[in-house]
Amino acid sequence: MASIDTGGGDGGHKKGPGVKKAKKLSTRVDMTPMVDLGFLLITFFVFTATMSTPTTLDLNMPKDVKDPKKQTEVKNSGALTILLGKDNNVFYYEGQLKVAEGENNFKSSTFKEIRQVIIDKKAEVIKNFNPANVDPKLCEEEKAKAKKKGDPNWEDACKDMDFVVIIKPTDEATYKNTVDILDEMSINQVKRYALVKVGEEELKLIKATEDSQKK
Amino acid sequence: MPSVKIPRKSTDTDMTPFVDIAFLILSFFIMATKFKPPEPVEIKTPGSVISQKMPESNAVLISIDSSNKVYFTLKSEKEPEKFDELIKGINEKQNLGLTPAEINNFKKTIMVGVPFSQLKGLLDLDPKEQEKIKQPGIPVLDSTNNQLVWWIQQCKVAFAGEQLVYLIKGDGASKYPAFEAVVEALKKNDELKYGLVTDLDDVPKGSALDIAQQQGLK
Repeated sequence: MASIDTGGGDGGHKKGPGVKKAKKLSTRVDMTPMVDLGFLLITFFVFTATMSTPTTLDLNMPKDVKDPKKQTEVKNSGALTILLGKDNNVFYYEGQLKVAEGENNFKSSTFKEIRQVIIDKKAEVIKNFNPANVDPKLCEEEKAKAKKKGDPNWEDACKDMDFVVIIKPTDEATYKNTVDILDEMSINQVKRYALVKVGEEELKLIKATEDSQKK
Repeated sequence: MPSVKIPRKSTDTDMTPFVDIAFLILSFFIMATKFKPPEPVEIKTPGSVISQKMPESNAVLISIDSSNKVYFTLKSEKEPEKFDELIKGINEKQNLGLTPAEINNFKKTIMVGVPFSQLKGLLDLDPKEQEKIKQPGIPVLDSTNNQLVWWIQQCKVAFAGEQLVYLIKGDGASKYPAFEAVVEALKKNDELKYGLVTDLDDVPKGSALDIAQQQGLK
């Protein structure tokens, strides 16, 4: 068994007749329990050690502006509105909401599929980029920023300037949904996005879609 | 015939080096372990790909638990006198009539999740007893009585001229209105930058962020 080798032998042997010698006790210590305890403590500390250090996701909100003239305008061609419903349902539409007969752009999606929707829309906006439509000053600023960061494609930096994602969580959306979609923004490098309150018409549409899905 | 003697070897293994290593690892873990701070309510934060570390000091932590209750925590390890400043301000503004002992107790309170009317009762209790009771949460959902606004306002007074970070730590299962109400309370105090506390997730392969990170961008 586990023990410290002290070199000591077992027992004593008699030297000569009549000599009584005290029995020599072994100095070897059985170390098994000590090892057991040692590893038990290691296991305990390994498990209690905080492995996941919390991180923070930055969120900047705009100031509430009552004056409609001062509100940020979003170009119809570059807008993507994402609505978060209950039970992790996601809905989206491009540009302005159109629900006329034969021209319905309100679509239902999931958290897995929404990434592709964002990527596609971003690519579309970049493809349709027309330098005549943007403020050259803003464009230059954007390029300078990208160049400073060391982006090799800094020339393209302002091509997605018109791309804005509008996130509208409903009251039934969970906090996780909200964080997930904000996370999706950083995953897909969407530079412009906003958290906006959901509208009446959209709520009605979500409800109608959810009802039809139940059936 | 000469007999070949095979020396009998002991099956005993010397475990001393083994023990040495075991205890070395043990001492490493003891020293490196930072225990989780006690949390009266458990909050499971959702994951995100952001790898920015959470600030530990000069921060206001607003927690939302899975049943949409809102809690308030001030993080100021370096300057404990800020706790006194904050609670004294609250005491004055809300006319709570707190005793000096109760004011002193605020430092040890980990989380405040009660309306102002119950704050005196909460601060009367020992920190250990506070953990046991169920706090009803700070009222936020009613926009006319969003008490978080006052908490943040007094924090701004206590930390005037200093940097203060606002952290929102929500449970993944909490509903959006609670989060919106918290943001609303911050907005009313002209605070527009927040940090959402999350766990670290891996960046999905092939995404725009993944490519950007490989190129060495921030």
